Amino acid sequence: MTALSVDALRHDFGGLRALDGVSFDVAEGERLVILGPNGAGKTTLFNLVTGIYAPTAGRITLFGRDVTRLAPHRRARLGLGRTFQVTTLFPRLTVLESVLLAVQGADGARFTLHRPVTRFPRLYARAEQLLDEWSLTGRGEVPTRELSYGEQRQLELLLALAARPRVLLLDEPTAGLSPAETASVAARIKRFPRDVTILLIEHDMDVALELAERLIVLHFGRVIAAGPRDEIKRDPRVAEIYLGVEESADSRTRDA
Amino acid sequence: MRRRVGVAAAACVMALVPFVLSSYQLGLLTKMLIFALFAMSLDLILGYGGLPSLGHAAYFGVGAYTVGLLALRVIDNFWIDFGAGLLAAGVTSALFGLLALRARGAYLLMITLALAQVLWGIAFGWRWLTGGDDGLPGVPRPAAGLPWSLAGGLSFYYFVLVVFIAVTAALWIVVKSPFGMALIGIRESERRMEVLGYDTWRYKYVAFVLAGIVAGLSGNLYVYYNGFVSPAYLSIVFSAMALIMVILGGAGTLLGPALGGAIIVLLENVISSSTERWLTVLGVIYVVVTLYAPDGILGFARRRGARSA
Repeated sequence: MTALSVDALRHDFGGLRALDGVSFDVAEGERLVILGPNGAGKTTLFNLVTGIYAPTAGRITLFGRDVTRLAPHRRARLGLGRTFQVTTLFPRLTVLESVLLAVQGADGARFTLHRPVTRFPRLYARAEQLLDEWSLTGRGEVPTRELSYGEQRQLELLLALAARPRVLLLDEPTAGLSPAETASVAARIKRFPRDVTILLIEHDMDVALELAERLIVLHFGRVIAAGPRDEIKRDPRVAEIYLGVEESADSRTRDA
Repeated sequence: MRRRVGVAAAACVMALVPFVLSSYQLGLLTKMLIFALFAMSLDLILGYGGLPSLGHAAYFGVGAYTVGLLALRVIDNFWIDFGAGLLAAGVTSALFGLLALRARGAYLLMITLALAQVLWGIAFGWRWLTGGDDGLPGVPRPAAGLPWSLAGGLSFYYFVLVVFIAVTAALWIVVKSPFGMALIGIRESERRMEVLGYDTWRYKYVAFVLAGIVAGLSGNLYVYYNGFVSPAYLSIVFSAMALIMVILGGAGTLLGPALGGAIIVLLENVISSSTERWLTVLGVIYVVVTLYAPDGILGFARRRGARSA
């Protein structure tokens, strides 16, 4: 089944065309990596899919349902989750409070205003369980802004997963991490439930190639290449645009 | 547990204190409670929702005018007048919320200010209905429709105290509820709350209307307290004063703004008796607080407490 389908998606910022006729399908459970240099339109694509921007033209369907004009929270309730490239956690809330908010967002109690949240032990149980799974046990009372950068990126992933999304958009989850942290985040993403469809923006080629089953390459708002991992790896246009001409020339001499 | 004991002790003190106060001091204490409610209502949107408003006097004044006009001209029945005051404040905030909540930050401040100024202009200009800047004098304390009269200072104080405790308890539940948690989340990062599945507009709107109703409630009480209503109740001075009360006490805490409200009323009373320059003093207080205790008295005390612990 197709989890997410994007059809002829276009988005203009004033006179600037950020996305130009982007189309692709993602099957349920698939892991798709989106590559492309800075300014290629990757994050814009995520903002369109999650409903933060409304597209200038085109169609977005989620599990066969047209969501092109649906508000972000409605898409979230259909099973769409995402992380942000720039960490936008809740800086003044504790880790536990942040996770509670994420859990509560997918729970029917989210609009209750006549009972304290402590009367909903199921929310706490799930939040504590998530903290345990993410080896943040005992860190619940720490204010989010006092976490290390690596921990903040972890919490970012945790919050997105807490709502049990069916389609998850990860916007550069390893940005700014040390090689060791990057490896651990990649390993974690690999262990995500198999039925969760993942779209991943990733600059680290090793991580991208490790996680991807299929890749699409964006350049100036257009899809210039799409296909299985090995095909994209060999595509000369990709090497040229993504890695830069000099570098690919370099690697050719080294290969020779 | 310790907190519960503290709350119970505070309630006892508030219940017993009239017996050691003069009637003038009791009147002042009543006024402090009324403005504490007014400040707490603004805190719900400003402190918890991150939605600043410079027009909060609108709901206070609409409540006060509704009660005053009904009591003087239509029917002097507590339940009808008081209920109508709450309803009018709620309808006003429901309407203003629709218009104002499209904006945020400084723009929200400007829109709420403009909307409140419209009401001020109506109250000022429509002499036939509102008495213009003479206001409406002679609003009686509630007696009709109640088991006993609230005309006396003591019974009115207890009435206000009971309302204060009930509303504070209700607000406590609201800010600790899933709804209140979500409101805080929206203050911290609205975009993230959207992608977590929260209809953020609905939360902000409901908080806005609730805040308007509680502000209307304090306006209702104040018109009974003063026996008088004038366009000043709708003015930017009142709105700004509420803002200062919240910031002075500590935005985003439940009792901080109540404390701020009480302090400002007390200071106004003390300072106004010796100088005409109360607004200047208020301005200086505001500057000092924002410079040296930006999270208010309660926030300041908490930080000090955390450091020494």
